[in-house]
Order: sequence, then structure tokens, then C-alpha cells
Amino acid sequence: MNTRKLLRNVSLESGLLLIGIPVFLWTMIPLYHMFLFAISPKDAAFSGQLWPTNPTLRNFEIVFQQKHHFLYNFWLQMWNSLWISSATAVITLMVASAAAFAISRLRMKGGRLVMNFALFTYFIPAAFLAVPMYKTMTIYRLQGSDLSLILAMVTIASPYAIWILRQASDKLPVELDEAALIDGASPFQLFRLVYIPLMVPSLIAVGTYALLLAWNEYLYAFLLLQSEKTLTLPVALGNFLSADDSPWELLMTAGFIYALPPAAIYYAFRRYMSSGLTAGAVKG
Amino acid sequence: MTATSIETARRDTTRRARSSQGLSKEAWGRIFVTPYVLIFLSLVVFPVGYAFWLARDPQLYVELAKDPVFLRTAINTLIFLLVAINVKMMVALFLSGFFTHKRWWVKVLAVLFVLPWAVPSIPTIISMRFMLNPEWGVINQLIFKLTTEDGPNWLNDPTLALSLSMVVHIWKSLPFWTLILLAGRLAIPLELYEAASVDGAGPWHRFRFITWPSMRTLYVTCTLLSMIFTVGDFNSVYLLTGGGPADLTHVLATLGIRYLRLDQVGLAMATIVVALPFVLPLVFFMMKRLSR
Repeated sequence: MNTRKLLRNVSLESGLLLIGIPVFLWTMIPLYHMFLFAISPKDAAFSGQLWPTNPTLRNFEIVFQQKHHFLYNFWLQMWNSLWISSATAVITLMVASAAAFAISRLRMKGGRLVMNFALFTYFIPAAFLAVPMYKTMTIYRLQGSDLSLILAMVTIASPYAIWILRQASDKLPVELDEAALIDGASPFQLFRLVYIPLMVPSLIAVGTYALLLAWNEYLYAFLLLQSEKTLTLPVALGNFLSADDSPWELLMTAGFIYALPPAAIYYAFRRYMSSGLTAGAVKG
Repeated sequence: MTATSIETARRDTTRRARSSQGLSKEAWGRIFVTPYVLIFLSLVVFPVGYAFWLARDPQLYVELAKDPVFLRTAINTLIFLLVAINVKMMVALFLSGFFTHKRWWVKVLAVLFVLPWAVPSIPTIISMRFMLNPEWGVINQLIFKLTTEDGPNWLNDPTLALSLSMVVHIWKSLPFWTLILLAGRLAIPLELYEAASVDGAGPWHRFRFITWPSMRTLYVTCTLLSMIFTVGDFNSVYLLTGGGPADLTHVLATLGIRYLRLDQVGLAMATIVVALPFVLPLVFFMMKRLSR
């Protein structure tokens, strides 16, 4: 009996390892390969090495000091990414929390319709909206400006944000609103003094979502921004790809640096993200 | 300030409060929802309407049908949806079971596992692209060291290139769907499994009679949602293959952009309009499911 139990445990553990090891390799190899390039001189990186034979921080130095003609605007482009993603997060939060408040707490007429508009937008494949959005921004004379990308990202981020916030706010007790309104609070005061403070965890989840969405965005940034000075870093890195003499080790160093903030933000807010973001999907 | 003026002021504020309530709720609701409605009208309704207007000429569709790239793209998109999504969702379902096991190293792995989803596409796709470089990439150098033969020219073969785009897509989005399905699994009451174990049910039977029935709806929802999202997966194809070699690996998402770059806006819009009969039913189905 005991040996059988032991045998079963051993086979379970080894079975788990047999899954775990491939999953680990599958996940980490592309990331490790990028890191390996970032800390290797060019000839070592190109020699097909599996571990760093000759580690160096030289690539980081070149990137930070913008000492390669592909990277003359590295810091400016980092700043563009930061500015555009922060603005997207803030505007998305304002637009979506106001809309969710109107739909869920004020129970306005037509709220359901607005919710359906938002869901519809959420389900249109983003690449399908890209070409029309590009033409529209030309008509609005915004094409090429950072505002065009911010507006596009808000358009894409807010439907999901409204949906998540509405679900969270439906769970707040009705008595709260009634008490506040009887005390003479206007709906605006209710929104500012009662609703927003209670929604903080969901707002963090949604804000993080919008921030990462805009920071990681490639397609819209690639279509809507043009001049070297207004590009976000992903587009600048994408332009490397079409050049024959691309300095791949620098490309991967810059990419590695660009990947760090979202990874850090994700881990910092993981608690909020996983509860907020999965709650919605599980419901269906 | 005299007592009367304070009195008036106070009466004023109460009146204002009352009138703002009188005007309120419905009107306030409209004010609060206005920013989003404006965004929706100006950046969703108008662009979509404009797209239809640009794609109104029937001649465009004749031209599109004659373009060999378009036919190839339609087939590629279908393959991408059927193969990549189903493989991904099945693996996600399997791995969600793996991640329910409570071990310290499984927890660590779960944290790492999310990285592909959390980091931007471009750095990791660049990394994979160089791994696949026929001369300098680590994969072909390994093949050469082990077999002394040259490895394939990965991205120059349309079949390989499209398959590799699917691999990139799966690598990127597998963590997200695994997490969703894991949440679904964790919502199943443990008593069900305990009762089944007492009755002597093995792992397969537990999956077949407990896990699957409770997860089926979620699984189908996720699969459809992932299909809609994947029609729009621009990055995995464009950044890895650029649609090449010879425009043989385009999917609908990248083809629209290709036409745009060739300054054929009408065709770009027509590509999207052609896809709508397949996408819209899925969209409405999902809306019905999720707006309950």
C-alpha cells in the first residue's frame, strides 16, 4: 500500500516536471536569447553561443549614450512612449469611469445601448479599425501628431475598461447612493467623493491595462506617427528590421530595456490585474 | 457678512443642490456618458462609415478577387484561425490543469510564464527573428554543429514562415488564455473532485465528467474571442515575415496595411468589408454572451 502510494507520488512529480521543464524552456528561450545578445559583443553574439562567453555592458552604454545612428533619438522615443501611454491611461480612466458610473449607478436611459456600443468596439479586430482610423485622422488633421495615437489608444482601451468597471460598480450596494443623495449630494459629488474612492482597485487594474496597451502598441503607432522625433520606441525598433546593416545586438539591448517597465508594472499590480481582468472573462 | 446674507447664501446652496438634483440623475447620466459617446461617434462610427463609403465601388471587389495575393491571404487567415487558435486553446486548457498543482516551483514557473504576454511584441519577435537567421541564427548554427548540414532558410519558405508566425502568436498569447482557463478551473468546487476520487475515478474520468462540463462554455467563449482577436493579429505576421516571401504569408490584418502602403486605400477597405460577413456574426454572438 505504502509503496504503491510512493510510486504514484513519484510518477506524479516526474509527470509534473516533464511538463514544467518544456514550459520553462518554451517561455524563456526567446527572452534569454534577447538578454544574451544584450550582454555580448557583436562577434560573440553572432557566433551562435549558448551562454555569455564574453559578457559586457558595452551595448547598454552605447544605447544609453545614443552612440549609434539608429539610436540618436533613443531617450526622446522612450519619453514619447511614456507620455503617450500615461496620457492614454489617464484619459481612459476618466472617460471609462464616468461612463461606467452613468450606466451602472445613475442607471441612465440608453445605458444598455452605450454598453453595447462599447462591447461592439471591443470586438472589432484592432487591425480592421486601423486603416479607417488612419484615414479619419488625416481628415481631422491630426495625422502624425501624438494626440492622434493617444485618441486611437483611448478608443481601443476604453470599451474593455467600461465593461470591467461596470461589472465592479454593479457590485457596490445601492444604499450608498441613496444615502448620499438624501444627504443632498449631487450625482457629481457622489461620483467624486463616494464612487471613485470605492473603485480604486478596479481603477488600478484598468489604468494598468491601458498603460501597457499603449506602451506595447506597434501597429497604430507605426501608422499614425511619422517623424523620427515623434515615434515611440517600438516603431523606431521596427524600422531597424528593414535595414540590411542593422546592429542586432543594439536592437536587442534597446528592446530589452523597453520590455523591463511593462514587466515590472505587471508584477507590481498583478494582484489587481488578475482579479479584475479575469473576473470579466470568466463570467461569459 | 450679516446674518441675513448668510441665511440667503445657505438657502441658495440648498436650492442649487435641489435644482441640480431636479435636473439630475438622467441629465447627469447623459453628461457623464458624453465623453465616451463622443469618442465612439468620432473615432468608431465615423471611420467605419467612411470605410464603407470608400469601399462602395463594386469594381474594387472584382479587382480584389483577381489579386492572387488576396486569395492566398484568405487561405492563410483560415489556416491561421483553425490551426493556431485550436492548438493554442487546447494547450492552454492542458496547462491550466498543470498550474493548479501546488508546488513552490510551479508557482515560480507561473510567474515567469506570464512574461511573453506582459512584454511588448517587438523585442521578442526581433529576438526570434534573429534566432531563425539562416546564417547567424543560433538554431541553424546548432543544426550545423550537430549534423554538419545547413539548416533550412526558415523565413524564406512560405509554409515554414507561416507556421512560425503561428508559433509566435501562440508564444505571445498562450499565457493570457491559460490564466483565464485557470481561473475557470479554480472556480470548480473541490468537493466534486473529492467525491469522484472516492468513487475511484481516474484523471481522465475526472476531466471528462467534472472539469470539461463546467469549463465547456468558457472554453468555447475563449476560442471564439481569440478567433476575433486573431483576425486582427498584425504583429505576429508582419514583424516576423513582413508578409513575405513574395507576399505569400499575409493574413487579412497585414494585407489591409499592405494595400494602404501601396496607396490603394479602396482595396484596403474592401479587404475589411469582405471579411465582415465572417467576423460580424461572431461579434454579435459574443456580445449576446457577454452583455447578459
